[in-house]
Amino acid sequence: MNDMRKIERDVKMTDTKITARNVNVHYGDTHAIKDVNVDIADKTVTAFIGPSGCGKSTFLRCLNRMNDTIDVCRVQGDIRIDGKDIHDKSVDPVQLRAHVGMVFQKPNPFPKSIYDNIAYGPRIHGLAKSKAELDEIVEKALRRGAIWDEVKDRLTQSGTGLSGGQQQRLCIARAIATEPDILLMDEPCSALDPIATAQVEELIDELHRDYSVIIVTHSMQQAARVSQKTAFFHLGNLVEFGDTDQIFTDPKDPRTESYITGRIG
Amino acid sequence: MTEQTASNKFDWAGPAFKARLNKRKRSQLTLKLLGLGAISIAFGMLFLLVASLVSTGYHAFTQTHIEVEVFLDPEQINADDPNRGNYRQIITDTLVTQFPEVADDRAELRKLTSILSNGAQFSIRDEVVADPDLIGQTVTFKVPVSDPYDQLNKGLMDRETPEEFRRLKNEEIANFDILKERGMVSKPLNTALITNADSRFPELAGLKGAIIGSFYALLTCFLLSFPIGIGAAIYLEEFAPKNKVSDLIEININNLAAVPSVVFGLLALAVFLGWFGMPRSAPFVGGMTLALMTLPTIIIATRASLKAVPPSIREAALGVGASKQQVVFGHVLPLAMPGILTGTIIGLAQALGETAPLLLIGMNAFITSAPATPFDSATALPTQIFIWADSPERGFVSRTSAAILVLLSFLIMMNGIAIFLRQKFQRKW
Ligand SMILES: Nc1ncnc2c1ncn2[C@@H]1O[C@H](COP(=O)(O)OP(=O)(O)OP(=O)(O)O)[C@@H](O)[C@H]1O
Ligand SMILES: [Mg+2]
Repeated sequence: MNDMRKIERDVKMTDTKITARNVNVHYGDTHAIKDVNVDIADKTVTAFIGPSGCGKSTFLRCLNRMNDTIDVCRVQGDIRIDGKDIHDKSVDPVQLRAHVGMVFQKPNPFPKSIYDNIAYGPRIHGLAKSKAELDEIVEKALRRGAIWDEVKDRLTQSGTGLSGGQQQRLCIARAIATEPDILLMDEPCSALDPIATAQVEELIDELHRDYSVIIVTHSMQQAARVSQKTAFFHLGNLVEFGDTDQIFTDPKDPRTESYITGRIG
Repeated sequence: MTEQTASNKFDWAGPAFKARLNKRKRSQLTLKLLGLGAISIAFGMLFLLVASLVSTGYHAFTQTHIEVEVFLDPEQINADDPNRGNYRQIITDTLVTQFPEVADDRAELRKLTSILSNGAQFSIRDEVVADPDLIGQTVTFKVPVSDPYDQLNKGLMDRETPEEFRRLKNEEIANFDILKERGMVSKPLNTALITNADSRFPELAGLKGAIIGSFYALLTCFLLSFPIGIGAAIYLEEFAPKNKVSDLIEININNLAAVPSVVFGLLALAVFLGWFGMPRSAPFVGGMTLALMTLPTIIIATRASLKAVPPSIREAALGVGASKQQVVFGHVLPLAMPGILTGTIIGLAQALGETAPLLLIGMNAFITSAPATPFDSATALPTQIFIWADSPERGFVSRTSAAILVLLSFLIMMNGIAIFLRQKFQRKW
């Protein structure tokens, strides 16, 4: 099954969605991201890999300005989405986050009903004009999140009553309910069993036809399975970035090689 | 030890291990016993307190009454205005029917009428005013006896005490005993304790004014401190920049929570009464004073509950593009609500029992009618206890304890509500 998908994968030469230039991030005195430059393509799955604490989550959170919410965090450098500087004064970070969706490492459904979990985003952004339209959005998101069949009979029950894997798929459905163009996923499968992982990977595979997906993962196999591009981070540096096949079969940097062969980590 | 390192193996059954195991078990047992001891002491004290209150206070939950057949003499009552009538005479006449032999002896008559409470005439008057058709009829009334006879009937006055040291003379006791023999004396539940306002006469004194005064004061306190406290806490916790100024404010609020309540009373006296000329003894002003004290408690409780909301929920909401304000009001505040409510109720319970600041703004006045609005003079439960504890009449001894029991039951009720709310709204995530 995995191999099949690997064969299916086609590296499309599409436009650049995100460009990052000389990005530096400090948490107080900790220099977490050091001079990172990267171009992330549209309608592609990009995997961020690297040892724990190397700054993958930090860099991911720069892309939807989630780091703004951390007091001690300072982000420097130029990040553009569709050519527009996201740190520009005219960009509202709240608006930005509505179309750069995020799925967190730990499932974090709202302690509200399953329906309200999904409907929350569309509601605050006024995406639905009527209840029927909202119902439709909720159903579509839950279907794409591969969880509709499990929850369709209990939409009014609390989202926190689901299993860990179901919660994570609910969070994914919540993130795509607002139809973002970019989906950031921070280790979305770390709480999932192999079956749910396969479902999420299938979902990612489907999503990348419309969105740009960035996924942080600790699983080499997962990166190899789902992504077209891979970025390897080490101690805050972006060591190597390229086609997934190339990174895994022919790494240019010795650090990348030792990581993917299991010598750093 | 050397053997063990030599063989590089720990002897899990050796004597050294057993000794350590026993030591650990012993210290754990000691700790448990100390804990049990501490709890028993705490409970013992509580038990003593309640037991002593109940043993003196239970007398106040009944009140001796005498059932008398009263002829509502039309000659003594103005039929057009039943408010005006010589009800005192009517009562005297009524008692004379029981003791016809004293009819002409003024001194004896006075002794006789002293059996009944001073309020008896007023309760009869009130009945007649309510239903003027009663004039001319003979009606059975149950009227309270005055305090000394109540004490006598409850066995609180020792008949063996030499007459000159006793409040009731032998003759008076004899009169009462005759009424008792005739089956006219009863000891029903003392509803006046709740339905009457304060009075000079213990048998008529009740807590109505104090309960309503406390209610108005707490209501004012709640309406002021709850929104202001939550607003301040939300701002400090969620929106204020974290710098030296906010640190200073934080320290000040924590200090404010520890300021003795009498200081707030002095402040209220100087500012609310002195500068703004607000009315003395008004529950509204009392509530404002209590709000000063409750505010820091609510702010601290609210901030703690806001802090306790897991950051993952905030991130989730921010992640779908909610603004800071939407995150706080849509997600964080609802989740923090049980903690906030618990903190608020505990703060209000503290305020309910607070005496010193209310004394300073004059809520210990002698007021014989319940307040109709929060701006009328009134007492509060703790100040009423203070007043009664200070009164010389014997009857107030048991009433003080009874009032404390009433206050304690309100406190228990409020804490019960706090626990209920906490359990009901506690959510897991
Ligand atoms: N909120 C924070 N405050 C201070 N330092 C932080 C904070 N978050 C991350 N860091 C630091 O930044 C560095 C990068 O952290 P980051 O979370 O990006 O690592 P990561 O690559 O996602 O690791 P993992 O794979 O374990 O999730 C670490 O050294 C970490 O200690
Ligand atoms: Mg991480």
